[in-house]
Amino acid sequence: MEIPYAVHPRPDTGIYNAKVGIWLFLASEVMLFGALFSAYVLIRVGTPPGEWPHGWQNVTLGTLNTLVLAVSAITTLMAWVACKVRQFGKFKFFHACTLLLALAFLCIKGFEYYDHLTHYEIHLTAGSNAGGSIADGHFAGAIYVNPLTKEQVETKSFCGMSFATVAGGVTNNYELASVTIDGRYVNNEQQLIDLRSQKEVQETELKIPRSQIKDMQSYGPWHNDYLALYFTMTALHALHILGGSIVIGYLWGPGRKLWKVDPEHFTNRVEVSGLFWHFVDLVWIFLFPVLYLM
Amino acid sequence: MSLKAVHLIFVNALTALSFGCAIWKFMDYRSENGTSGDLWFSLAAVGVGILVIVYGRYFLKKLKKMSYL
Repeated sequence: MEIPYAVHPRPDTGIYNAKVGIWLFLASEVMLFGALFSAYVLIRVGTPPGEWPHGWQNVTLGTLNTLVLAVSAITTLMAWVACKVRQFGKFKFFHACTLLLALAFLCIKGFEYYDHLTHYEIHLTAGSNAGGSIADGHFAGAIYVNPLTKEQVETKSFCGMSFATVAGGVTNNYELASVTIDGRYVNNEQQLIDLRSQKEVQETELKIPRSQIKDMQSYGPWHNDYLALYFTMTALHALHILGGSIVIGYLWGPGRKLWKVDPEHFTNRVEVSGLFWHFVDLVWIFLFPVLYLM
Repeated sequence: MSLKAVHLIFVNALTALSFGCAIWKFMDYRSENGTSGDLWFSLAAVGVGILVIVYGRYFLKKLKKMSYL
């Protein structure tokens, strides 16, 4: 059975059906991201002055990701134009570029997440350290009372969730002896809120005995409202990048068979995938200043 | 709305972001803790903004015959 108006415009709408479909879908997407942006605005204006984190993101990496997505929008458009002028070779090249750029974006995002999840804020017991009451830095290692090999320590104390239980003094049934981070001591949390004026933070290796640790927490989504919003919004966006990449990969790979049968229909599919990709890029153009700069 | 129209919106948004970043970093440079890195970032953002405008004009010229619908 032939699907009507897959190639030619429907008389009443003036456009082919897939385009109507993608615009309805994008309208629902606007509501999804709109709700999250509204949550961001409400939480941010409700935060007492001086308590909203600044300078917590790597602006250079964020800028690089913005450029990667900007170029990918151009390659997507070029792929569509190549289909329009019936140059399939060029289409394959530009779509392959888009896929590689999407992969680069996800890798950079993964690196950013890793950086946050290995970053710890350790509250020290009162008067235990002359350097300050909080140790802040990236996880470097841990020593347990039970004798373990280096590999076992690394596996069991991996920077993610499992390590969070260190604060209780026990991780995976091994008693903690000390934690080592590359960071610094500060006297209060206020010194960690606005990092914009602390461009040259000197980090040293700090070995903190278990007896000095009151509690410790990584900079994951559980850390505060800002990071909860950051992880929710960027992870949802990254999922959209992944979904778009799958569609683009399908059109580049197995889906290309349609080109031989019905090039016009195939071109329409490329346009629809391009519309989704541009929407995802536009979302990032709003996310970048909101989460990285403001 | 076709991909051409959406791409035009995207190019405008990217231009606004580039010049916005340039202003933001220039203000950082003028502040107490400003560094030469802030100034370079600001100038690079202006450069990217201009590049995007030039690209926008080129793309509009190239796709002159394509519909916005």
